[in-house]
Amino acid sequence: MVNPVESDLLLWIVLLPLLAAVFHGVIIGLVRRPTERWLVIGISCGAVGLSFLLTCLGLAELIQLPDGQHLLVDDVYTWIGSGLGAENLTVELAFALDPVAAVVCMIVTGVGFLIHIYSVGYMEDDEREDSGFQRFFCYLNLFTAAMLVLILGDNLVLMFLGWEGVGLCSYLLIGFWYGDRYNAYCGSKAFIVNRIGDFGFLVGIFTLFWAFSSVGSPTVSFREIEAGFDQIVNLTVSVPLFGESRVVTVVALCLFLGACGKSAQIPLYTWLPDAMAGPTPVSALIHAATMVTAGVYMVCRVSYLYAASPEASAVVAWVGGITALFAATIAITQTDIKKVLAYSTVSQLGYMFLAAGCGGFSAAIFHLGTHAFFKALLFLGAGAVILALHHEQDIEKMGGLKKFIPTTQWVFLVGALSIAGIPGMSGFFSKDEILVAVVASHVPGKMWLYTIGVVTAGLTAFYMWRLQCKVFYGKYRGPSEARKHIEDPTGWMMNPLYILAVFAALAGFIGLPQVWADLLSGPEDSNSLGNFLLPALVAAEPHALERSTEFKMALLAVLSSLAGIWLAYVFYVRRPELPGRIAAVLSAPYALLKNKYYVDELYDAAIVKPIVAISDRVLYRWVDMRLIDGVGVEGAARAVRSVAANGLKYAQSGLTQSYIFLMIVGAVAIVGYLLR
Amino acid sequence: MIPLDHVIALSAILFAIGVVGVATRRNLIVVMMSIELMLNAVNLAFVGFNRFWPGVPGAPVLDGQVFVLIVIAVAAAEVAVGLGIVISMFRNRDSVDLEEVSLLRW
Repeated sequence: MVNPVESDLLLWIVLLPLLAAVFHGVIIGLVRRPTERWLVIGISCGAVGLSFLLTCLGLAELIQLPDGQHLLVDDVYTWIGSGLGAENLTVELAFALDPVAAVVCMIVTGVGFLIHIYSVGYMEDDEREDSGFQRFFCYLNLFTAAMLVLILGDNLVLMFLGWEGVGLCSYLLIGFWYGDRYNAYCGSKAFIVNRIGDFGFLVGIFTLFWAFSSVGSPTVSFREIEAGFDQIVNLTVSVPLFGESRVVTVVALCLFLGACGKSAQIPLYTWLPDAMAGPTPVSALIHAATMVTAGVYMVCRVSYLYAASPEASAVVAWVGGITALFAATIAITQTDIKKVLAYSTVSQLGYMFLAAGCGGFSAAIFHLGTHAFFKALLFLGAGAVILALHHEQDIEKMGGLKKFIPTTQWVFLVGALSIAGIPGMSGFFSKDEILVAVVASHVPGKMWLYTIGVVTAGLTAFYMWRLQCKVFYGKYRGPSEARKHIEDPTGWMMNPLYILAVFAALAGFIGLPQVWADLLSGPEDSNSLGNFLLPALVAAEPHALERSTEFKMALLAVLSSLAGIWLAYVFYVRRPELPGRIAAVLSAPYALLKNKYYVDELYDAAIVKPIVAISDRVLYRWVDMRLIDGVGVEGAARAVRSVAANGLKYAQSGLTQSYIFLMIVGAVAIVGYLLR
Repeated sequence: MIPLDHVIALSAILFAIGVVGVATRRNLIVVMMSIELMLNAVNLAFVGFNRFWPGVPGAPVLDGQVFVLIVIAVAAAEVAVGLGIVISMFRNRDSVDLEEVSLLRW
């Protein structure tokens, strides 16, 4: 049993960005005159920076605690308290820092801080009437606060609060340039698709609460759920269409539906590529590094739930694996630089779920961390390219940019190498961990999942190098007059890129798998991240893989990556006419990929159009116009008018004495009634 | 001492006279006088009840009297407004007959 240590730090980690957001909100909404820029920058970046420092302090405090006691809590007050006995619902506004939360919190505040700095440069020329610069930082701070609530929240309800908060900020920031209707549409799409997932999450919370309530100890707090988990492990519940099912499986699948929405997994991934309509720092912060990984974090947070339900784990693993492959194939044909990265994010998130489903929770968190670094780096690099080309995102109009923006090219190269899984870079180690976890697991069809993993690794390398080659190498294909103005961005934007590049390259050594440490004659027990996370997660099954097997697997993954890189190099640098010819020969599959498997069109035809049609034809024209307006509102008015016009009006005779007489009759009647 | 029943009976009789006056007379001034009669019937009841209420030991019982003073003050204000309306009506219609003012009807 863990004895948590009280710590007042945690509240302030959340509160600082929230206060900054409130400050900006008050200035924009009430004062209506934007503040000086340096003050906006100071408050926003300062709040997140301080939050990061506090997280570091918290982490330091956490590490000093004795083994197996790694938990800090900060119980602020009782937020909701209702009911008695078996219906007692008590929701504390409490924060908890366990190793998993600490790692993710470090990433969110650290990467978040760098992206705040970068945004100063990126949003510099946003001089609009609605005080765009300050509004942007207001949303960013609010997002950071909500994300920290999600991570640190000590119960499911508080986590859900943060979950909705980040969804709201995502919506606000995707539609940040709302002058363009398309951006507003994309924001709404993200919000609505996420609603489906949130519905699953809510049902999961309710079911879990109901299960605990039925054994007499109702709770929503993570610690109490984990402690009393044995009580509900064998409960069953009858689900329509499925019959009797284990509560654990039902809850795990409901929560996973929530994770699918937030983390853009099949079938709810369609919002993420469209979310690229937002400013690029937003894509980096929310739609690559932090918010979209919330689903993975949530699954890891309740890892014991998934460990107790092999069925749900298998679903998680398979959905993750299929999404990884599916999104990677789409990424190959996209021509918008941000869309390629978006599909890549979907694919990498699929990787994380693959790991989580196979019981490799620490591998999932490890990949979450390294992915945050290299994907934020790639997005911010893409932002630098986009800004250098004055908001050009089509990679067909780029090419040969290495000459013009060499520094950006170098940092982008680091990110591309890392995600491709080149040995030594961070992406290599985390991907390796995941593949090992897959092979060591007992998920049905695990060898297929492993194959998917390896193929996806090759595809990932291919599309990243396609991007790298089309953007930076070969010939410049853009308009020639724009050529003179292409230059590397300023320090505000470049410095975060350098820092991220260092982490994207080296972060892998935090969680160095033992096989590699042995090879480098490194320390015993080198996987410090894994060991640190271990008490907070269900331990992966001790895998009995031979060392040589692990090496062979790594070699296979690296070969797959190298093949992808080589192929991309041949296709897009050496013989640039080749892809066109292949596309012409394989026109049907190419069109399928180019149009993203027509999934958007399918959803549109199967779900959106019928709903719109029913809303318009039936609900609007009949129910609202005829029934509610016609019969209800106007009907009531008509009825009153006709009664008054045909009868009641004669009571108003204009004769004072008849009024007095009626009044007296009324008074006598009332007195008579009272005296009866 | 006069018993409470007598006081209440007198008050009730006065009130009934007032009611009948208001309901039957068409002269506006007489109607207002009848209203005054009703108000004073109530005042009489207040004073009578005050006299017969034991109240709290050691404290003077004045509640009824205070009510009466308030009613008198309100009645004075009411009469001022009412007579103002009567004068205005007389200037416009040369009459104080209630039957004359029945324009506000369907």
